[in-house]
Amino acid sequence: MAGHNHPSYLKIYITLVILFIVSVAGPEVAPAFGVFAKPIVLLTAFGIAIWKAYLVCAYFMHLKFEKIYAPYILLACFSLLFVFFFGTATDAMFANGHNWVKPVSEEAAVEEAKARSYVLHGSHDDHGEDQHDDSDGADHDDDHDSGDKEH
Amino acid sequence: MAHQIIATSRSRTGIPTGRLAVWWVIGSEILIFGGLIASYLLNRFNHGPSWSIEAANTNTFIGACNTFWLLTSSLFVVYAHAASERRDAAKTRMWIWLTIMLGGFFMGFKAYEYTTEIHHGFTLFTSNFWSFYYTATGLHGFHVLCGMVIMAIIAEGDIKKGQNWHRVENIGLYWHFVDIVWIFLFPLMYIAK
Repeated sequence: MAGHNHPSYLKIYITLVILFIVSVAGPEVAPAFGVFAKPIVLLTAFGIAIWKAYLVCAYFMHLKFEKIYAPYILLACFSLLFVFFFGTATDAMFANGHNWVKPVSEEAAVEEAKARSYVLHGSHDDHGEDQHDDSDGADHDDDHDSGDKEH
Repeated sequence: MAHQIIATSRSRTGIPTGRLAVWWVIGSEILIFGGLIASYLLNRFNHGPSWSIEAANTNTFIGACNTFWLLTSSLFVVYAHAASERRDAAKTRMWIWLTIMLGGFFMGFKAYEYTTEIHHGFTLFTSNFWSFYYTATGLHGFHVLCGMVIMAIIAEGDIKKGQNWHRVENIGLYWHFVDIVWIFLFPLMYIAK
């Protein structure tokens, strides 16, 4: 693909780093926005991930300048992926069906997850830094998983 | 009168055959990693509370550092490609080895993270969340490792000898794809808690 003019790779990189910072900071500040917290987390975490992936594909992988076959190959693979996803999701999203039931209830899974969570229990003194990093995550969980608090 | 045969490209698509083959690999990888991520989402939708509690144990700082290493390595490998188009062997090899170095940072941080998590009792068989976590990040880490090895072979086996310059672009495409996979794994495993 030597025939096209290269974009400024450094500018694309700086844009990617800024988007990356926003994607990390977004969920941290989202709780301050009350009812808008969840949309902000989704937008900053996943919306920005899609944007970043587009920039890498279009400019670093030169997909914008590639022969049309390459984007079609990728789109065909994505389409197949969505066929399988929606084909299985319409059944797998339920807890039971015709002659089958999921072996572990969600309530039991929550209790098990809480029992082994070192973030919730605050033990393991030799990893204090980890606890500090993830303590926000624990608070975040408590906000969203009402009725499951342990203090 | 005998004519000397000169090797030429026989691509029918207009895309060089090697690059088209890399697109083939990437297309296949979309189904592999896409399937894993789609299954993760299915489970996440279905088991929201318990998976949130499990995800809170992952280390966001290390995940963020690894994202930064891979984003920066993507810039370096694209610089290697630009240098290869100028047939600048020294610069091409330098950028490739810098990319490998950042891949090494990624693997080092990942190894520390795995060690910490296993120390806390989170293994492949702890729960569905951890099974997905280790499968997805482990498979991704394996791809990073393969990319590093292939880049080293290209730098020392081809570019040093001034041959097969197109391979720099081909491995670059693969490396960018590995970066894109991590771009999606990072919010799924580390941010959405």
